Amino acid sequence: MIDELYQEIILDHSKRPRNTGRLENATAAAEGFNPLCGDRLTLELRIEDDRIEEAKFAGSGCAISTASASLMTEVLKGRTKQEAEKLFERFHELLTSDAADSSGLGKLAVFSGVREFPARVKCATLAWHTLKAALENSREKVSTE
Amino acid sequence: MTNAVKSFDAAEIRKDFPILRQLVHGHPLAYLDNAASAQKPRAVIDAISRFYSSDYSNIHRGVHALSERSTRLYEQGRVQVQRFLGAADAHEIVFTRGTTEGINLVAQTWGRRNIGAGDEILITALEHHSNIVPWQMLCEERGARLRVAPVNDRGEVEKFEFTERTKLLAMAHISNVLGTILPVREVAAAAHARGITVLVDGAQAAPHMKVDVRELDCDFYVFSSHKLYGPTGVGVLYGKSALLEAMPPYQGGGDMIRTVTFEKTTYNTPPYKFEAGTPDIAGVVGLAAAIDYVNEIGIDNIGGYEHELLGYATRELEKIDGLRIIGTARRKAAVISFVLEGIHPHDAGTILDRYGVAVRTGHHCAQPLMDWFGIPATTRASFAFYNTREDVDALVRAIHKAKEMFA
Ligand SMILES: Cc1ncc(COP(=O)(O)O)c(C=O)c1O
Repeated sequence: MIDELYQEIILDHSKRPRNTGRLENATAAAEGFNPLCGDRLTLELRIEDDRIEEAKFAGSGCAISTASASLMTEVLKGRTKQEAEKLFERFHELLTSDAADSSGLGKLAVFSGVREFPARVKCATLAWHTLKAALENSREKVSTE
Repeated sequence: MTNAVKSFDAAEIRKDFPILRQLVHGHPLAYLDNAASAQKPRAVIDAISRFYSSDYSNIHRGVHALSERSTRLYEQGRVQVQRFLGAADAHEIVFTRGTTEGINLVAQTWGRRNIGAGDEILITALEHHSNIVPWQMLCEERGARLRVAPVNDRGEVEKFEFTERTKLLAMAHISNVLGTILPVREVAAAAHARGITVLVDGAQAAPHMKVDVRELDCDFYVFSSHKLYGPTGVGVLYGKSALLEAMPPYQGGGDMIRTVTFEKTTYNTPPYKFEAGTPDIAGVVGLAAAIDYVNEIGIDNIGGYEHELLGYATRELEKIDGLRIIGTARRKAAVISFVLEGIHPHDAGTILDRYGVAVRTGHHCAQPLMDWFGIPATTRASFAFYNTREDVDALVRAIHKAKEMFA
């Protein structure tokens, strides 16, 4: 079961996260904080014509939250804001509902193992909550609490 | 090893704790989260069940047999706590909901009366949030200032700087994160020489070392039953008689009054003045049973055995590559916080759990202390006298598994 949580892709993205650092000419950004474990991240987006062209993140966190942020920045590219929000909904369902299906979620499906670890759902969703705040174009800090 | 420690049979003692006899994820449970809350011996569980089955009623109210029995058991509990702490008088023992409520009670009664604009309250850098936030709130309300005695790299507090304006020193007896044992007696004496009142947060000390409030000469001492192998929902505030008498009441209601008319109420004497409403009667009965149990084993035997276990665990953990222990005080209780290179504590905690090892990960309600050490969180193994070397070995094995996974 522990192997289902820490799948290869998750371990890989936690050790070598993609799209890290700051984004020049970002058009939207937000900061996320999980007070329970001290994870924090800054997410920056470049949105053009309603489409997310680029996403980068910086911060420190556990393997689950780092891998989630890394994979999120990959899958977001080229999506409209609406598509991104829809994706978050489906992703959240994947983490919390036994009935969820992972079709169309692509690589994000590797997070289905989190379902068995309710205490870790917040780690997996921190980046996505931060995304939501960025899309609402608030520079305010979000918190998973 | 002293004889007392040698003859200490943790394997026998474990049999008194039914919860320890289980597998977690297929592995024998190694419960190493005692600083968060301790497990309950059969004697405590049975005392509560017996009380509800045959003696329970409300207290201080009825003339009937059950009420008299319940009142007697509740007040006997107070006497037991008095003896446990070495207090001069049972009326110096106030029952609360826990450490947190005890500190808030003092802040809102003694604090509001005695802390004024420009005054200072001194705490230490290793306090639990419950010994920070109530004082911050009080300072904000009164226009007073909160000052912090720093910790050194080992996690010891060496310098307590009092000023002309310091009115209160509020300090932990033992750090819940680092295990540091603070020199309460010496610091309290220095504080008293300047007329400063001293409150000690004994949440982590009462379960693991002999506490004598008259020898420490503190003014207030607080702890929680649930960390002392007793039930949740009840705690203790010790206060010197003269201080308790001079303090205004905390909450208004039944039991805390002497006479009530719509024009004026006169208050009961301590401790009843601070115990408005129906208290956690069964909780006190359970706490009394826990104290009996601890006394039977002997708090010094407990401390001696745990110290021995701390030594073993420290040596074993230090052998692990990439593991750094946070908190290396020279006087230390059986708490080990650590960080692992390349593994976030949250991941370590999840993996350890899968091997039956229960630890706490996170900031342990001490965010300022984490900031000081420059880390977001730690993994913490905290021991009790029912833990064994096998538990330590299980911890070490599980850490190696985590390292393999993240290698
Ligand atoms: C040092 C210290 N102080 C205070 C507390 C708060 O105790 P409680 O939650 O029982 O009120 C704790 C418990 O975590 C503690 O370890």
